[in-house]
Amino acid sequence: MQRFEPRELPFSSCASGGVDRRDFVKICCMAAAAVGLPPAAGLKMAEAAAKGLKPSVIWLHFQECTGCTESLLRTSHPTVAELILDLISLDYSETLLAAAGKQAEEAMHAAMHAHEGKFVCVAEGAIPLKDNGIYCKIGGRTAKEIMEEVGSKAGAIIAIGSCASWGGIPSADPNPTGAAGVAAVLPGKTVVTIPGCPANPYNLLGTVLQYAIFGTLPALDSKGRPLSSYARVIHEDCPRRPHFDAGRFVKQFGDEGHRLGWCLYQIGCKGPATHANCSLQHFGEVPGAWPIGIGHPCFGCTEQALAFRAPLHATVSIDRPTPPDTYPPIHPERGGVSAVATGVAGLVGGALIGAGLMASKKLGEGQPAQKEE
Amino acid sequence: MAVDRRALLKGLTAAAAVTAAAPSQAVASRRREAPPDAVGMLYDATLCIGCKACVAACRQANNLEYETHSSLWDDPVDLSGRTKNIIKLYREGEQISYMKQQCMHCLDPGCVGACMMGSFQKREYGIVTWKGDRCIGCRYCAVACPYNIPKFEWDKAFPLVVKCELCNHRIAEGGIPACCEVCPRHAVIYGSYNELLAQARQRVAAQPERYYPKVFGEDDGGGTQVLYLTARAVPFEKLGLPELGEEPVPELVRTVQHGIYKGFIAPVALYVTLGAVMLRNRRKGGGHE
Repeated sequence: MQRFEPRELPFSSCASGGVDRRDFVKICCMAAAAVGLPPAAGLKMAEAAAKGLKPSVIWLHFQECTGCTESLLRTSHPTVAELILDLISLDYSETLLAAAGKQAEEAMHAAMHAHEGKFVCVAEGAIPLKDNGIYCKIGGRTAKEIMEEVGSKAGAIIAIGSCASWGGIPSADPNPTGAAGVAAVLPGKTVVTIPGCPANPYNLLGTVLQYAIFGTLPALDSKGRPLSSYARVIHEDCPRRPHFDAGRFVKQFGDEGHRLGWCLYQIGCKGPATHANCSLQHFGEVPGAWPIGIGHPCFGCTEQALAFRAPLHATVSIDRPTPPDTYPPIHPERGGVSAVATGVAGLVGGALIGAGLMASKKLGEGQPAQKEE
Repeated sequence: MAVDRRALLKGLTAAAAVTAAAPSQAVASRRREAPPDAVGMLYDATLCIGCKACVAACRQANNLEYETHSSLWDDPVDLSGRTKNIIKLYREGEQISYMKQQCMHCLDPGCVGACMMGSFQKREYGIVTWKGDRCIGCRYCAVACPYNIPKFEWDKAFPLVVKCELCNHRIAEGGIPACCEVCPRHAVIYGSYNELLAQARQRVAAQPERYYPKVFGEDDGGGTQVLYLTARAVPFEKLGLPELGEEPVPELVRTVQHGIYKGFIAPVALYVTLGAVMLRNRRKGGGHE
């Protein structure tokens, strides 16, 4: 296996920032795991990044709070954010760009044309469609126009965050700007949606690296979410699940159950209906850094039907109970009678009837003899 | 002798009249009135999430042992001598529904009608309770219950009858039934019978597309103090609740039994008839010898 030293890596901060090869490979493996690839794929990603095979990424911002970018940058170890940024070639990002105005626009166009059909377009934020999309403009063009242009030239389109996935907060009732997701602007195109408020950076990183190195996109569910990260509901892997199964619920914030870390379902946890991997992949490299981990119910940020729609502290239905077969049916089965038992009982019964017949015959034989006397 | 043909016919006619009069009585006393202080529970299957918090809480509140049938630490398969309350699952294709089973606390309970010792009684708040000091273990109560609720401790040397008594020990201390207290979704709630019935009717009226258009227990088997609501697509039969009609469960038995002994006419008529037959036979027999 190829062995590389930290200093061979294409980023200078590694050696000085104290990130060694081991940490670097670890991050790549976590990114690979986020999209359901084996650890070997993580090694390949690390090697490809070390060789400078970095995917070009154009990062667009629309109606949003930049929370997804922030969650990617504000990791607990500053070097990890740099690593993530070093694994990809971020050619255009309004948040991180040093350039401004005309220069910035030129940078985007340059990157778009240099890697046409190959670059990854990451969109963050909802796109307003009402009144010809006048509610969000950059450089005199509406968000819809920018998305259509960049999207048509991109090799892969990724919508990060709930806003880009279906509209998120801007689309909450009454949706004054007609905010919609990226897929609404690009009909017919495959849009990988990575919903979350914010989305977990590893789910993005894994998707980008998989596309860059293997040229493929992860398998998606009906809402465009990678199955590897969004196939299971929070509830299935929740560390508080045993409390749910034992019927131990937090009744209100700060009560005894809350302090003991009981299940948050009763105070509105949407975990049983929310597809995401938060319970397994926490945020910001901090173990336990996710809503349920800090004692707040999940609010269903990856689900269009729940986030910014369902009341925060209302309970949800559990439509897909897991595990399913620990419930008795309405009419429980009763133990049947085995064939052997039936046979034995038949034999015994037959013997008794036979004996009875013989006995009565004997008695019958005895009686006439008495009469004759 | 004294009994001639006329007397015999008279007795028979009286017995027939009593039997004939019986069914009309049953029709007259169909729906029982709930006691004025009646309490009950309302279980809404469309809200239940099957967390079984009520099953665990019931065990704790009633000092019931755990029941193990598989590798799980507590997995009752049905109501039993150790389980007074259970959550069952109805599943047919994509359609699922949970079902909470416990005593229905009938307005006119079959078990009370069947218990010859008076162990079963409808006491304060209309709660159907069992007191063991008189029980002889005949288990007629189990046979008489259309919901299959009273259970027997088959595995004990001195077995008792076990059934939900609506946590009456908690109610006496100002509490509410444990299952209603822990339910995280208020799928099962406790309250006065009349209020619950109004609430149930209101839920069905407000969301006819959600609920099956009936409150189980309003009239079924003469009415029960535990009421049920179910999803529109899941009729009550699917949840194992029997179709009983509006007549109270023990009504038929009571009509026949009370009818037979009314004014002691039927037994007297029977003995008169038998006496007449005996006399006749004796006379005939005497003639031969």
